[in-house]
Amino acid sequence: MKDVKAKILSNDKVGHVYYKMHLDAPYIARAAKPGQFVQVKCSDSTEPLLRRPFSIHKVKRGIEILYEAVGRGTDILSRKKEGGFVDVLGPLGSGFSMPDRASSLEPRAIIIAGGIGAAPLVYLADELAKKKIKTIVLIGAKTKHLILCEKDFKKVTPEVYVSTDDGSYGCRGLVSKLFHKILKTTESKFETIVYVCGPHGMLKCISDICMERNFECQVSLEEKMACGIGACLGCVVNTRSGNKLACKDGPVFNSSEIIW
Amino acid sequence: MIKVKIGKLKLKNPVMTASGTFGYAREFEKLVNLKQIGAIITKTITLNPRQGNLMPRICETPSGMLNAIGLQNEGLDDFLREKMPYLSRIGTPIIVSISGNNIDEFFILAKRLDKIRNISGIELNISCPNINCEGLVAQDAKETYEVVKAVRKITTKTVITKLSPNVTDIVKIARSAEDAGTDAVSLVNTFLGMAIDINTRKPKLGNATGGLSGPCIKPIAVRMVYEVSKNLDIPVIGIGGIMNAADAIEFMLAGAAAIQAGTANFIEPGVCGKIIKGIEEYLKKHKIEDVRSIVGKLDISK
Repeated sequence: MKDVKAKILSNDKVGHVYYKMHLDAPYIARAAKPGQFVQVKCSDSTEPLLRRPFSIHKVKRGIEILYEAVGRGTDILSRKKEGGFVDVLGPLGSGFSMPDRASSLEPRAIIIAGGIGAAPLVYLADELAKKKIKTIVLIGAKTKHLILCEKDFKKVTPEVYVSTDDGSYGCRGLVSKLFHKILKTTESKFETIVYVCGPHGMLKCISDICMERNFECQVSLEEKMACGIGACLGCVVNTRSGNKLACKDGPVFNSSEIIW
Repeated sequence: MIKVKIGKLKLKNPVMTASGTFGYAREFEKLVNLKQIGAIITKTITLNPRQGNLMPRICETPSGMLNAIGLQNEGLDDFLREKMPYLSRIGTPIIVSISGNNIDEFFILAKRLDKIRNISGIELNISCPNINCEGLVAQDAKETYEVVKAVRKITTKTVITKLSPNVTDIVKIARSAEDAGTDAVSLVNTFLGMAIDINTRKPKLGNATGGLSGPCIKPIAVRMVYEVSKNLDIPVIGIGGIMNAADAIEFMLAGAAAIQAGTANFIEPGVCGKIIKGIEEYLKKHKIEDVRSIVGKLDISK
């Protein structure tokens, strides 16, 4: 990990409240793994004080972060211009672990993205495709304009399904309903690993389904962070093996480990 | 020349890391030249392991943050076995922060740490506002005296007593610690604070209250350092919102012989190195030979 001053290559609005920032950060790009994140200093002053964590969305000549302008820090970030610089600390955290091709059954990945949770999963999907691992992607959100990254996922796998709570795009209902539907219509001869990122309630729901079906399920958790590097103990997650840190032991955890 | 002395402890520069903000140093090894730091003060250890408080444990506030970690740590035995070996190899003074539920625990912790050669000093955390107890030791002059005295009896290592700002008269508490034989006092620990989520109507911290730190507390901390150092003979170590060399120098002019950078480490892991450099530049610019000559040199003439 390193703290680098990264040049902003682009910072574009990509949706209702979403922005994508492309940063010239070759060291972080080289060292990164899907599921990891960076701590970005949004302000040049003491206000807001703390850095903001963003999952690594893509790695290409540097890194991309996909973020929602939802508070003071992200609001400032959204106004930064190409050519400016930001301090970026990373890559941080544990990443997703990819299937082991040596297992007896053919591995298959089911990626489930809820809202802005799609951000780290695009990087994961890219890497799974490179390893030629069969991947199904489910994207869910409250309504049409909150559906993210459909095109990105479609670039790497033909099997992308969308649902919206209000039915304004794709299937109507929660993404867990879509998950059930997909499982009914697909074969079970695979070693399935589920990767999920999204709102807390959704994570728990998907985790329960995976437990019923004996699927390995990796969840990426979001917690407020101060240091981001395992020093302050501010981001603990209760697990069956005691208090773990979202920034260091996570943000990716095996869902069966988590005490929901 | 930026060497300073705290008690018999010689430091290569006046910059230390504040307890609770630097873990046990290893967390920062890839980002910081640890050996360069004046002294490293560890996260507080307690005799027995502590789980710490419920989440959420941190919350950002205007130019600051609240924390209610709750002294989560694996206890003394684990510290000596798992953390001390690495700390010993860094090559810079290690000061271990300790907290006890009662005098006996402070005594036992100090007694066992006294035996460890690679520990240069002990900081008494009698001022953490995030543990559930009636009142803090640091809020009572007599209790402060008793704890410091007990520790003083059992160790010849440098003893630093970390004071709480959540008191009516911090000078009184500081004097008490001095009388009991502490080599130095460090101030301030965090200010008791709170934040409320207006949508859920709940406190933003799981513990309801927490300790406030960061730039927003600097003015109060500077004032307290000024008052305490005026009234004590022993060195004062300044803590409170130090983000850069200018802040550090402000505290030193107010009377601090050394400083601790805390919350700043979260925003800029390399901040200690920058502060050290900045102090050197200030001395050069003002043609000052020795950093010790600026300690307490606040000019209050009219």
